[in-house]
Amino acid sequence: MNAVKSIMLRREMGIFVAIIVFCIIVGLIKPRFLALDNLRVIMLFVPLIMIAAMGEMLVIIARHVDLSVGSSLGFAAMMTALMFKTYPDVPLVLGFAVAIGIGAVLGFINGLTVIVFRLPAIIVTLGTLYLYRGLTFIASGAKQIDRQYIPGPLKAMSANAPNYWLPWIVVIAVAVVLLTYWFANHSRLGRQVYALGSNPSAAPLRGIPVTAVTLTVFSISGALAGLAGIMYASRWGFVNPSNTGWGFEFQVIAAVVIGGVSINGGVGSVLGVVLGVLLLGCVSAALPLLGIPGTVQSAIYGLVIIVALVIDQSVRERGIQALTTARGART
Amino acid sequence: MTTEPMSPTDPIAPSALDAAPARPLWQVILIRPVMMTVVLLILEPIVASVFWPQSMDLQYILSTFTLTAPLALMALVLTLVIISGEIDLSPASSMALTACVFAAVLQAGVPFPLAVLVCVGLGFVLGLFNAFLVVYLRLPSLIATIGTLTFYRGLAQVLAGDASIKFPEWYQGLNLVSVLGIPVPDLIVTLAAILLALLLSATIFGRQIYQTGTNEIAAQHAGIRTRLIKTALFVTLGVVSALAGMMFTSQLGTVRYDLGLGGELQMVLMAMLGGTYIFGGRGSILGTFLAAWLLSIMTNAMNTASWLPATQFCLLGVLLIVSIIITNFIYSRTQR
Repeated sequence: MNAVKSIMLRREMGIFVAIIVFCIIVGLIKPRFLALDNLRVIMLFVPLIMIAAMGEMLVIIARHVDLSVGSSLGFAAMMTALMFKTYPDVPLVLGFAVAIGIGAVLGFINGLTVIVFRLPAIIVTLGTLYLYRGLTFIASGAKQIDRQYIPGPLKAMSANAPNYWLPWIVVIAVAVVLLTYWFANHSRLGRQVYALGSNPSAAPLRGIPVTAVTLTVFSISGALAGLAGIMYASRWGFVNPSNTGWGFEFQVIAAVVIGGVSINGGVGSVLGVVLGVLLLGCVSAALPLLGIPGTVQSAIYGLVIIVALVIDQSVRERGIQALTTARGART
Repeated sequence: MTTEPMSPTDPIAPSALDAAPARPLWQVILIRPVMMTVVLLILEPIVASVFWPQSMDLQYILSTFTLTAPLALMALVLTLVIISGEIDLSPASSMALTACVFAAVLQAGVPFPLAVLVCVGLGFVLGLFNAFLVVYLRLPSLIATIGTLTFYRGLAQVLAGDASIKFPEWYQGLNLVSVLGIPVPDLIVTLAAILLALLLSATIFGRQIYQTGTNEIAAQHAGIRTRLIKTALFVTLGVVSALAGMMFTSQLGTVRYDLGLGGELQMVLMAMLGGTYIFGGRGSILGTFLAAWLLSIMTNAMNTASWLPATQFCLLGVLLIVSIIITNFIYSRTQR
């Protein structure tokens, strides 16, 4: 009984219920929504956001924010695609390594600027958002890398693998989620991320290596954006300097804040973010089925961010209130 | 603690012991973040006139500033918001939304004065909504206005779709009208800058804005209604973004949902380059005003050099980061 109660009281429960209710409502209007085909649509939409959201979650838990994920994704994707174009025989593994490596470097630059000059991450990453986007244009000469230059095996990873029902990019996303879960909950560095975000001024006093932790979360965020970059090339089969990853940061941040990660740092779980991403995936799969034009999506993301922030704030304030009024009432 | 006592013979006076020696007057005047903009504003034309002399024609500079003018107008008010300790990233989006509504309303045959009223009223509401989130729900303004940035532009996209809405012939061409050889948008920005500078430095309200940004709790104890001030500033920014939208659309003749896309970068950049302190409490209208001209002239030079727009974005991004670093450095040095 207690176990059931503690599950019901979890913060993630609300999002889970929201997903179920949403699916039932849309399913009643359009039964096609619950078909297996549509599940595949969601499954192909979700992995990119899922991977980037894992990194963004860590950054936000550390009480920072990374606005440059979309541009990092674009730059990493472009550099990898350029490599495949010039050296078509390069093994795929190297492509992944390059994308992840470039992303990590971009993230490291963000973290370094934040930590060395003590600047708010949001302004720094607003700057690098445009900087990395500009670099993508310069690197590519403002030209798109077309389908024929993206290696076939890479594109195949987004199709159904012959032996498994799951496309490869879903498998990769699941692996990233599991790794992040381990990192956030069972590694020393991961716990230090939470400690830093809960109280940035107390953290150094407790001997937490603030510089190392900050650099780590930004590098992870960048690296995962890079991984999402090569998967973008796999999923869509092209890399465009202006489209690839444009506005991606809003989807990612929306997913993370829906997932119950507090923008004030220190609070958030992998499970919550996974559910947040799934909710976004359901919404974006439902819109075309319901005949709502794609132009509404951006407004919905914005609204969703605002609503999630408001809920987060009210939960926090109620928590503080409960603490102050309940003190002494209990023995 | 290497402070020199001002009067070594009187060790009892603790205030004199604690106080750092006063900085020389030339340092007070010259070492301040605005000087960065001033230096750049002097250097840039020199560099540009060597490499791209055709971009340095005065009439050309005046006429191209009209394209920066709407953003500059909003950046001036944004400066006040930042000084009060908050930030608003949404004005470029609310400009797009109000302009789209304005165009749609005009197209529907609503008389002009009423359309203006609707547009400005909508700007008021959008600003009020930001204030509601930040001041009353106490959300962090950076992230809350990222939400409204996406939301407002999304609404504009819902309303206008991907098509552009044309304005009637008589409404177009505000930038072609000039008074004393200066295009009207430039005049509007200059006038607004003078008014806001007076408001900020010569009125009680203006000084209260600084106080709010320096230490909000202390300001409240001093009887300053900080929440009212912040609300007023957010609402003003909303209204001004509507006005800027009307100005901009008159110059362009059409409007689409992506009007001023990415404008938040340029606006924050103008404020930061002008030496406004990102954590509030310091900054000046003059700085933002000069920075707006600097950006406009720089864009000219880059356009004449036919740099790609993306390359320019690249430079703006770097400039944003560098300018905050320098501003923070100067403030941290002069504080003690």
